[in-house]
Amino acid sequence: MPISEIIKLSLNTLRTNKLRAILTLLGIIIGVFSIIAIMTLLNALQAGIETGLSELGSNTYQVQKFPAIQMGGPGSNAKYRNRPNITYDQAVRLKNIATLYKYMSLEDYVYEKTFKSEFDKTNPNHYLGGVIPEYLECNNRAIETGRFISQTDVNYARNVAVIGMDVVEKLFPNMNPIGKQIILDNHPFEVIGIFEPKGEAFGQSNDNFALIPITAMHKIYGKNERTINIAIQAPSKEEFDASVENIISVLRVIRKVPPGEENNFEIYSNESLIGTVNSFTQYFKYGAGFISFISLLAAGIGIMNIMLVSVTERTKEIGIRKAIGAKSKSILSQFLIEAIILCQIGGLIGIFLGIVTGNLIGLFLQTPIIIPYDWVVIGLVVCSSVGIIFGVYPAYKAAKLNPIDALRYE
Amino acid sequence: MEPLIEIKDVKKLYVMGLEELYALKGVSLDINNNEYVAIMGPSGSGKSTLMNIIGCLDTPSSGEYKLNGKNVNEMEDDELAEIRNKEIGFVFQTFNLLPRINALSNVELPLIYSGKKKDERIELAESALINVGLEDRMNHKPNELSGGQRQRVAIARALVNNPSLILADEPTGNLDTKTGEEIMILFEDLWSKGNTIIIVTHEEEIAQNAHRIIKIRDGLIADDYLSEKGKLIAEKTKQQTISV
Ligand SMILES: Nc1ncnc2c1ncn2[C@@H]1O[C@H](COP(=O)(O)OP(=O)(O)OP(=O)(O)O)[C@@H](O)[C@H]1O
Ligand SMILES: [Mg+2]
Repeated sequence: MPISEIIKLSLNTLRTNKLRAILTLLGIIIGVFSIIAIMTLLNALQAGIETGLSELGSNTYQVQKFPAIQMGGPGSNAKYRNRPNITYDQAVRLKNIATLYKYMSLEDYVYEKTFKSEFDKTNPNHYLGGVIPEYLECNNRAIETGRFISQTDVNYARNVAVIGMDVVEKLFPNMNPIGKQIILDNHPFEVIGIFEPKGEAFGQSNDNFALIPITAMHKIYGKNERTINIAIQAPSKEEFDASVENIISVLRVIRKVPPGEENNFEIYSNESLIGTVNSFTQYFKYGAGFISFISLLAAGIGIMNIMLVSVTERTKEIGIRKAIGAKSKSILSQFLIEAIILCQIGGLIGIFLGIVTGNLIGLFLQTPIIIPYDWVVIGLVVCSSVGIIFGVYPAYKAAKLNPIDALRYE
Repeated sequence: MEPLIEIKDVKKLYVMGLEELYALKGVSLDINNNEYVAIMGPSGSGKSTLMNIIGCLDTPSSGEYKLNGKNVNEMEDDELAEIRNKEIGFVFQTFNLLPRINALSNVELPLIYSGKKKDERIELAESALINVGLEDRMNHKPNELSGGQRQRVAIARALVNNPSLILADEPTGNLDTKTGEEIMILFEDLWSKGNTIIIVTHEEEIAQNAHRIIKIRDGLIADDYLSEKGKLIAEKTKQQTISV
């Protein structure tokens, strides 16, 4: 019997058993859908974090009192809190003594601040930073209009500010803010520049801030009780490790860390951050994978159930077909093709819906679009195997019977 | 001449749990090519069981069955399928039509398995349905047909592949006298074209259409004789051989 006839037969049975076909299809769609949607979303989140971190600039690393990501119990926090601050003076000495770096940016931040202009005021979710000119290089930011803080501004502790696009839109709607006055945490500043906007990531804005000379910051918040963040760009990729070594040894001397004791400051780079994040999402992935697998299993059992329920009817059908001269081979191919068609159609619909849904949620969270190919394959293979095994195995058993025994099957 | 069907001491045993039941207790029977046989007997006597074995749908528990000189017990599965498809037309007591497809598709089915092209299949299936008087019911599904109409679809399906051996288990059981007679004329016609016909029936009148009557009781052959018609035909052939 030619394969085209067998395919036609299979399509015919699918058409004449619509409900069964649709239920099976639904089982496969749900199984594949859930696994693909979860995995798409997870991969998109991970990719989003990676691109977010790479925005920090290449070959750069950070020196801070606190680690970027803290893991461990609540007690572990005390260890970092008891460290001495990285003071401005220490940071300036580091900048003067260390040799192996290209740019070094000293940054001092306060959070949850409200900014005001004569027109309006912002929500109290903005942050204010005191910085030096090298901020731009180390943080991969650019100025859209006006200028950035200069060394002279720092030297004279001038009350000048460079602001993000959120602040512009809120405080200076439809006007040029350059030269206008802005009240940052109750102190008046003159706007001298606007940052190129970076948009949102994970629902958080990258443009809700204002920067002033670090020395101006000290006038408001004091100088010695505060801890400074240091962002450093290595001279090149090759000299990255050497640069980190250089900074560590100089800073240990400045902070008088006895030999043999561990650093009382944290150093991390984009790469090390991405690694930490990845090891984090890895666990999450295992968990999500496990849950997806269970839902896949549930879908599989559904498919199995529907296939088995129709065994009586199908066994009779097989008996009739054999009685009028069908060979076992033709019957098996018919059932096999039927199951394959169902599983592939269901699988493809499930994959499509899963990827679309996962990415829609991702889009909402501002993450890049992702197709989790590995899980596409896993989902398809599992659902297809279930569908094919439970679609074909009863048929295989029935095809081996006498026609009469198959006809009598109850 | 070697008989078409050679059955020697065939037994059929059904085991249900602890209970054992011989539906056939040792049947021996020869049927020649182009014979027209009616099998009669009370309900449960084993008629269908015997027909199923003759039709290669079932296998005997013991004994020997040769079809066309070949031992059926030794045949491969595919070979049997081919015989059921091309050589035998079987009309089931319970019709056994596929419920979800229409009459035409049901009749077309044996032709699909014998590898005929679509156009030819439709043509043959249509003419088989016209032959049994169902030209206006071709697109009805079995559950949209009366019992008698279903029976005629089953007969059309059995005849569509032009088999030489026709086995019909109560082919007129659900038909009124008139349609029953039409079917018997159909069989008579097939016989005159050289086919071998075996029917199971309860009705003496129907049985009288056949030339040989076999009576079965309790899984054994109780009687095996020529009908009135059969006697006439035997006379004729005798006279013909004498005159030759
Ligand atoms: N699959 C089976 N399992 C057990 N017993 C069976 C089976 N098939 C038939 N029998 C028994 O074998 C005997 C013969 O059955 P069969 O169907 O051959 O009778 P029949 O002569 O065709 O009767 P009827 O005229 O009612 O159709 C019956 O007693 C029946 O109960
Ligand atoms: Mg019977």
